[in-house]
Amino acid sequence: MSTETRKLDRVVIRFAGDSGDGMQLTGDRFTSEAAAFGNDLATQPNFPAEIRAPQGTLPGVSSFQLHFADYDILTPGDRPDVLVAMNPAALKANIGDLPKGGILIVNTDEFTKRNLTKVGYDANPLEDASLEPFQVHKVAMATLTIGAVESTGLGKKDAERAKNMFALGLLSWMYHRPTEGTERFLREKFAKKPDIAEANVLAFRAGWNYGETTESFAVTFEVAPAKLDTGTYRQITGNTALAYGIVAAGQQSGLPVVLGTYPITPASDILHELSRHKNFGITTVQAEDEIAGIGIALGASYGGSLGVTSTSGPGVALKSETIGLAVMTELPLIVIDVQRGGPSTGLPTKTEQADLLQAMFGRNGESPVPIVAPQSPADCFDAALDAARIALTYRTPVLLLSDGAIANGSEPWLIPDVSTLPDLSVEFATDPEGFEPYSRDPETLARPWAVPGTPGLQHRIGGLEKQHGSGNISYDPANHDFMVRLRQQKIDGIEVPDVVVDDPSGEARVLVVGWGSSFGPIGAAARRVRKLGMQVAHAHLRHLNPFPKNLGDVLSRYERVIVPEMNLGQLALLLRAKYLVDAVSYTKVQGLPFKAEELQNVLADVIKGVPA
Amino acid sequence: MTAIDLGLPGLSGVPTTDEKQTAKDYKSDQEVRWCPGCGDYVVLNAVQSFLPSLGLKRENIVFVSGIGCSSRFPYYMNTYGMHSIHGRAPAIATGLAVARPDLSVWVVTGDGDALSIGGNHLIHTLRRNVNLKILLFNNRIYGLTKGQYSPTSEEGKVTKSTPAGSLDHPFNPVSLALGAEASFVGRAVDSDRAGLTEVLRQAAEHRGSALVEIYQNCPIFNDGAFDVLKDADEASRRIINVVDGQPIKFGREGEYAVVRDGFGLTVAKTADVVEEDVVVHDASDLNLAFALSRLSTQDLEHTVTGVFRNTQRATYDDSARAQVAEAVAAKPADLGALLRGKDTWTVAGE
Repeated sequence: MSTETRKLDRVVIRFAGDSGDGMQLTGDRFTSEAAAFGNDLATQPNFPAEIRAPQGTLPGVSSFQLHFADYDILTPGDRPDVLVAMNPAALKANIGDLPKGGILIVNTDEFTKRNLTKVGYDANPLEDASLEPFQVHKVAMATLTIGAVESTGLGKKDAERAKNMFALGLLSWMYHRPTEGTERFLREKFAKKPDIAEANVLAFRAGWNYGETTESFAVTFEVAPAKLDTGTYRQITGNTALAYGIVAAGQQSGLPVVLGTYPITPASDILHELSRHKNFGITTVQAEDEIAGIGIALGASYGGSLGVTSTSGPGVALKSETIGLAVMTELPLIVIDVQRGGPSTGLPTKTEQADLLQAMFGRNGESPVPIVAPQSPADCFDAALDAARIALTYRTPVLLLSDGAIANGSEPWLIPDVSTLPDLSVEFATDPEGFEPYSRDPETLARPWAVPGTPGLQHRIGGLEKQHGSGNISYDPANHDFMVRLRQQKIDGIEVPDVVVDDPSGEARVLVVGWGSSFGPIGAAARRVRKLGMQVAHAHLRHLNPFPKNLGDVLSRYERVIVPEMNLGQLALLLRAKYLVDAVSYTKVQGLPFKAEELQNVLADVIKGVPA
Repeated sequence: MTAIDLGLPGLSGVPTTDEKQTAKDYKSDQEVRWCPGCGDYVVLNAVQSFLPSLGLKRENIVFVSGIGCSSRFPYYMNTYGMHSIHGRAPAIATGLAVARPDLSVWVVTGDGDALSIGGNHLIHTLRRNVNLKILLFNNRIYGLTKGQYSPTSEEGKVTKSTPAGSLDHPFNPVSLALGAEASFVGRAVDSDRAGLTEVLRQAAEHRGSALVEIYQNCPIFNDGAFDVLKDADEASRRIINVVDGQPIKFGREGEYAVVRDGFGLTVAKTADVVEEDVVVHDASDLNLAFALSRLSTQDLEHTVTGVFRNTQRATYDDSARAQVAEAVAAKPADLGALLRGKDTWTVAGE
């Protein structure tokens, strides 16, 4: 029987299994295959905070969603077109997202009575009518894998572990994916265990052959390469892009980089990545706690390095006092907050945008700090460079607000030409003639960066209020009032580009404003409502403090302003306060990114609600 | 000339000067605002008098402090300085020391700053052996917040926050530092200029973390805490000053000696023991250092001063820089190659 090949413009696949089943690896490999093929893509891993939650349980389910297309896409997709469920728990946790008619591929070997009971299935869903709305493919993946890898002589347990590669092989066949890269990857990954490498390759091929030789799959699918801007691309996650941005900031400023940090989900990969690139003059210090991490970064900045610290929301809370010291001592410092669900420990592996007000106000006293937020995984690179520009130019700590969705998500990145990166070089103070540590650059209001070791510039700084100019301790009421306003004025005056409004028709009367990782879903939702014949403008903020100078004007041009956020309306609060705009807040805090479909409905409702 | 030529390996890499320096050169233009009679004055004078002997360029010396009375110290030093936040000076100084091998970095802290709010940073700094000189001013009280008991106050201390007496058992800072793997630990009494200077000198020579506990009198909230060590008669019976390689004897005529007692040490009359039984100080012996630290009791019945431990091991900052230098030598910093990575694809123009 010959299989039919159908052409699609986009597909969303979700691999779901136990956290020990290797779903993240499987997803990563399929992503690399899609990238190598030239599709545009976006990914969304979703995994539990526990490293190995009890096997086969709902809390232990780990999944990886991949959206690939022949055009430029903005999100990892709302719902999967294809769900691969490796066990009953994965089926139960994910089936609700699969639309009717969707393809479901199930590993039947795990559907034992015990496993079904574990997740509360009274009857086997593979045997009753509950899965009738879907195109179900029942595959005994473990059995087939064990059979396929028999020649390696591996024990049953080790052999069975390769079943994720069986699933990958099957999906690779279904979607006409290139396979060389995966085979090469497996041989490299398990170079020290050749029998394991062989088993994985055999399982991968077995999955492919299973699709080709059995008659259960009548249709395969093709998604043509995307027409992206010309240039060289790679796939990149947000955390990697952010780390590269820090490396680039060191190179472009000519300064050594010192990362002082403490491991925390979902930011630890930034530490891991930077630790691999010491050849760029990067020192990474894994400190005893969050406070020491930022202290080390600030101490390095005081000494003339680019100090960086990386953390998530709970870590920012611990670092607050040192951020305040950096505000007072006016030293450059980059504070990376990869936001996760809160409050407290919250949802460590899930995403949220609820640290905006913490970044803005979470310190004692009037303690203004600039805030920069990347909007997609690849954009983390540019955002990090921009944060470094602000920190170095204005001698201030900068909060870089990424989040779990873009940190672990990935997309193709048009690799920048290094010669086009901004020049971030700085000048240290050297002239003792009339030197004052708290004198000001008339344009930026930055104070001189006078590093220890410079003859004749010996001075003392600290957290006590400074006399304007001399920097000596001052308790003078008028001076304190002056300095508080001066520090605010410095941050308010930071140069940030105008916000660009995406309004293709120029006729929109509704403006949707977002920030950070909601760029994708908001952009996709805007496209959808426009396809339905409605008009909406989209403005996305990279700079949350200070806001772009044209923002007030932009907001005033629209009859309605809607602000979707993964918090309870933090940006909306700031916009309402600063611009007296009656912004409508749409909020969701489920630890997951917005779906384009839900925002489409929200936008459509707002648009329809505007009187003609 | 380098610091190594001067016999100061702890300061290797820090540029020196041939210009003659005096204590006056190290006094800043800021008015010193400690209470009259505060022990901090004595320590400040001792440090300002001692630093010229190192022959370092003044601009390459940095004092970093936390919060508390003693932490105002940097303002009075005509060097670089940072008065940071409560307890965090060791962390900030670590960042500075890692980034700048050409600086001599000193931390000034107190018993509350170092042992209470900053306890974590202190022990980890000592464990890492960062090349910092940490001067811990111990007055056994919170001064700047006006007189609450501290982690080195005696049990039952009556203060405004403990009218019925404090319940906390105090730290022995030297025992704590030794337990935290400190490579150098010393102790001195503020009023003993010669003893303090000698410990400071050895600390400066040491490459690695050097913790120097300085008993310091607070005349306002804990006056006389160390008076028994300042009375010549009492001091002769109580202070056991140790010198590396020397038999440990004390008293006006050396009439007391330190001898072994089980796993620990005890004090005996020299006349009652044979010379071979008198312990000879060995600053490289951790067990001996710890046993000596236990001879010092909270009630100051005996107080050991001098250098308890002085051993060499790799410093964190040297090792961190070596790793970077090795990486730099092994692989060129090619940003373009890093950004491209291994798996790229090209979209060609129309």
